[in-house]
Amino acid sequence: MQEFISQPWPWYLSGFMIALIMFVLLFFGKTFGFSSNLRTICAMSGAGKASDFFQFDWKKQTWNLLFLMGSVIGGFIAHTFMNNEQPVAISDDTIADLKTLGFKVQKGLQPDEIFNSFTLKSVLILITGGLFVGFGSRWAGGCTSGHAISGLSNLQLPSLIAVIGFFIGGLIMTHLLFPIIFNTPGAL
Amino acid sequence: MKGLKFILAGIIFGIIMTKSEAVSWYRIQEMFRFQSFQMYGIIGTAVALGVGMVLLMKITGFTDFNGNYIVFHPKEKGVKRYLLGGSVFGLGWALCGACPGPMFVSLGMGYFTMLLVIGGALLGTFLYGLMRNKLPH
Repeated sequence: MQEFISQPWPWYLSGFMIALIMFVLLFFGKTFGFSSNLRTICAMSGAGKASDFFQFDWKKQTWNLLFLMGSVIGGFIAHTFMNNEQPVAISDDTIADLKTLGFKVQKGLQPDEIFNSFTLKSVLILITGGLFVGFGSRWAGGCTSGHAISGLSNLQLPSLIAVIGFFIGGLIMTHLLFPIIFNTPGAL
Repeated sequence: MKGLKFILAGIIFGIIMTKSEAVSWYRIQEMFRFQSFQMYGIIGTAVALGVGMVLLMKITGFTDFNGNYIVFHPKEKGVKRYLLGGSVFGLGWALCGACPGPMFVSLGMGYFTMLLVIGGALLGTFLYGLMRNKLPH
């Protein structure tokens, strides 16, 4: 058992569990969509003074903030008690590609080169990445959970278009911009 | 406590995302390089089961715990906002390797620099609120 929970879990188990979470939220009269929390936090912090986009009864979204809190706790539990201390099990091709960009694949799920280096460049990367995700998810009206999971499950064409957008942006970043951003290996 | 079930659902979500490595920046890179089935398998399984579930709920008139019919609201029609907004989202997703859920899960894992990503995401959400009337939808 300890062995099983420490290993990376297979995709079908994860996919099944995500569908189960979607069911639980629907059963309790809610919908699965994580990025709404960002709007809620802005509204809580008084952003309604600057834009009517943030003037809504955010207290009705408390359940989603609790879900967010739970996800932080879940990350802590998985990392602390269910960890195999191994490098991420990505493919050799990806490891080779990332090596040419200056990334070493070490222990842990996030690269130290970006998340643990505290250079001006890595800080800018993190803030810019977050900014695009926040701006884009509200512009598109949802993120991976709201569009790719909930929206596609309800066969929504707008969600399919949004997911195509996710990939247009992701492919441009990965294949066209990464070689420019990470042009000098080791210079992160 | 009424909110406990949502915290529990969140905890399970956090554990799944961590254990299937879907929170990993490396996994997102692997996905955008089409070098593994893992992320496609996760999302594909969830959607395949989700489609069946939503369809069954609609056909059977499934009710939630309050006895209310579960209503599925269709997304507003349009192309521009989804394509353009989605592309901006994708640029950020590939760069920092995290969509909104995983940002918070990773924070729980002890990646405290995710606070920069979360701060950026809140700023991005706020900027959208300020600019949205000028953006094509």
